[in-house]
Amino acid sequence: MTLASPSDFEDNLQPQGWLRYFSFSLDHKVIGLQYLICGFIFYLVGGALAGIIRTELWSPMSDFVSRETYNETLTLHGTIMIFLWIVPVVNGAFGNYLIPFYVGARDMAFPRLNAVAFWLIPPAGILLISSYFIAGAAAQSGWTAYPPLSLTTPAAGQVVWILSVLLLGGSSIFGGINFIATILKLRRPGLKLMMLPLYCWAMLGTSVLVVLSTPVLAGTLILLSFDIIAHTGFFNPTMGGNVVVYQHLFWFYSHPAVYIMVLPAFGLVSEILPIHARKPLFGYTTMVYSIMAIVFLGLIVWAHHMFTSGTPPWMRLFFTIATSFIAVPTGIKFFNWLATLWGGKIALNSAMLFSCAFIVNFVFGGITGVALAQVPFDIHVHDTYFVVGHFHYIVYGGTVFVIFGSLYHWYPKFTGRLLNEDLGRLHFLLTFVGFNLCFAPQHWLGLNGMPRRVAEYDPAFTTLNQLSSVGALLMAISTLPLLINVVVTAINGKKAGDNPWNALTPEWLTSSPPPVENWHGEAPLVTEPYGYGQHLEAKA
Amino acid sequence: MTSTTPLQDSTAIEARQEQAEEAHGDFRLFGLATFLVADGMTFAGFFAAYLTFKAVNPLPEGGIYELELLLPTINTVVLIISSFTFHRAGKECRAGQLGASRLWLGITGALGAIFLAGQMVEYFNLPFGLTDNLFASTFYALTGFHGLHVTLGVICITIVALQTRPGGRISATDHFGLEAAELYWHFVDGIWVVLYGILYLL
Repeated sequence: MTLASPSDFEDNLQPQGWLRYFSFSLDHKVIGLQYLICGFIFYLVGGALAGIIRTELWSPMSDFVSRETYNETLTLHGTIMIFLWIVPVVNGAFGNYLIPFYVGARDMAFPRLNAVAFWLIPPAGILLISSYFIAGAAAQSGWTAYPPLSLTTPAAGQVVWILSVLLLGGSSIFGGINFIATILKLRRPGLKLMMLPLYCWAMLGTSVLVVLSTPVLAGTLILLSFDIIAHTGFFNPTMGGNVVVYQHLFWFYSHPAVYIMVLPAFGLVSEILPIHARKPLFGYTTMVYSIMAIVFLGLIVWAHHMFTSGTPPWMRLFFTIATSFIAVPTGIKFFNWLATLWGGKIALNSAMLFSCAFIVNFVFGGITGVALAQVPFDIHVHDTYFVVGHFHYIVYGGTVFVIFGSLYHWYPKFTGRLLNEDLGRLHFLLTFVGFNLCFAPQHWLGLNGMPRRVAEYDPAFTTLNQLSSVGALLMAISTLPLLINVVVTAINGKKAGDNPWNALTPEWLTSSPPPVENWHGEAPLVTEPYGYGQHLEAKA
Repeated sequence: MTSTTPLQDSTAIEARQEQAEEAHGDFRLFGLATFLVADGMTFAGFFAAYLTFKAVNPLPEGGIYELELLLPTINTVVLIISSFTFHRAGKECRAGQLGASRLWLGITGALGAIFLAGQMVEYFNLPFGLTDNLFASTFYALTGFHGLHVTLGVICITIVALQTRPGGRISATDHFGLEAAELYWHFVDGIWVVLYGILYLL
């Protein structure tokens, strides 16, 4: 086989070496890593803000920061973590890196649009963070920006916040269009949809949600900015407007947004588990249909966030039932993952530890989610720390654990080197203990009535809050082994070879790191991406 | 199953890229259609907001305006006709009649401009301003957002018409720009018909 060197494919206009990560590169792998690193920097910023929140909540009084600063901090923390860390990384980073490999293509369908989508993120992020420093006028109405709160708090920061979220929404929509076109239209000849690795299905479902729901948020925020700047009254009750309409439109995006954050994580876990358990993925077809069921149900359950907003009984009934139904496809996926592990030859490396912890954490978050869908219980814990605990079990215990697991799993693909396992396990241990210590007590706090988004609390809650803050400290420390690991192994880590996990999915069937146009020669046709224990081991 | 092709020179790369393009066809229109679905959802959000406001938020005394129907109806007819003229332009282009195509594009662009002018006349004659009440705000938000789309469409039509000149980018076989503009224009027309229905007639 003649191996063409990457330079043969080069378009000489594209910069080479590390400089390309700071350029308007059209290579999907470069863009994927740009998303990943950019997102991780924002994760550190958002984490520092979480540190401020947990330090403030160490004691019942607002003595560390003022009440206004506390509100600004939690607003920025939520917005950064959702729009600049989780959504761009779990969609943009891994999606851009992996999807073209999975469909046997050399790049995404629209490489320029792809680069534009990424380069909207850093300016939006800088804009958002800079608004934090507008003295006394940063956005402080939470990541939900509910009116009338967002209309009565200082306008300058709120408008910058809206502008930033609009840019990020645009980036997300462009990315979604690109994924849909790539998966549906750019597959290598002979590759049928039902042969695709599951992450493709997850990204297809996610992108459908992005395309259908993000524009509604954009429209809503434009109306909100009219209310703030031009003093219209769409959402201003004193001018005849209607705040509940804002909530409906906001949650029409922001409930699917949970699936935009979690479905790709489901997909990534479905890639990691079979490889490290050396077994085919259990129930591929049911996995695909479950994803599509979650996409459909995810679009029609938004008002379960609004049970205390004067929703009529028929609406409560419908949204309770529809929400509870989501547990069915999600449950199918969980049992499929467990069945994949069952009797497998499990390698308990860092990637696998994070993935298994994801299953545990997400079951907790999922069960509290079903509980929250029930109207009487929801009314009891609405706007308390129970909701905060539930939410973080989903997006941190769920998605962020998968992001870390995926990092250990695909780092050899990105760099050709393996991450250090000892540091990886230390990272896992600190994250897992810290995470559960931080967020499990919040369920008790919420059940006992501690409201969220308030800088002060009843002194009776002190012990549980301090426990939670200790957990947050452990989570902060846990990033150190990760950072050290990534930097040290990038320089002199163990060489991984092209396929360190003996995987069958297409991205491992080329060199690590891959050549510029992904394949040396034609893309392979992978009809059974999960055929472990059938071909490879039989030969070995 | 997998054959490997050595790629030593640029002609081989180009040949392979052409092969790939043939295998996949042109998916740019598909991408645009996906974007228009997203754009349509923005309008759907606005429509839903407007209808909910109408259903649950009673307007104050004297805040209910009778909208003049003549001008918007003429505008609706103008916009619907422009969809047909654009379709004709596309047909001429595919038949290789670039001159005729340019003429029909010119007519389409002119109809779009007439629509915008009509919109302006309507704005200047309305008895209410942006912040007068909830209906007024929603009216301007909906028609304004749609007007923005029409403006963008007229700009696109102008560009495409210029590209059909002899030696321009568009030819009988290579006319993605024209098709994209056409798809977009039909979308903008379709949105207007819905908007006209719920804003003026309902």
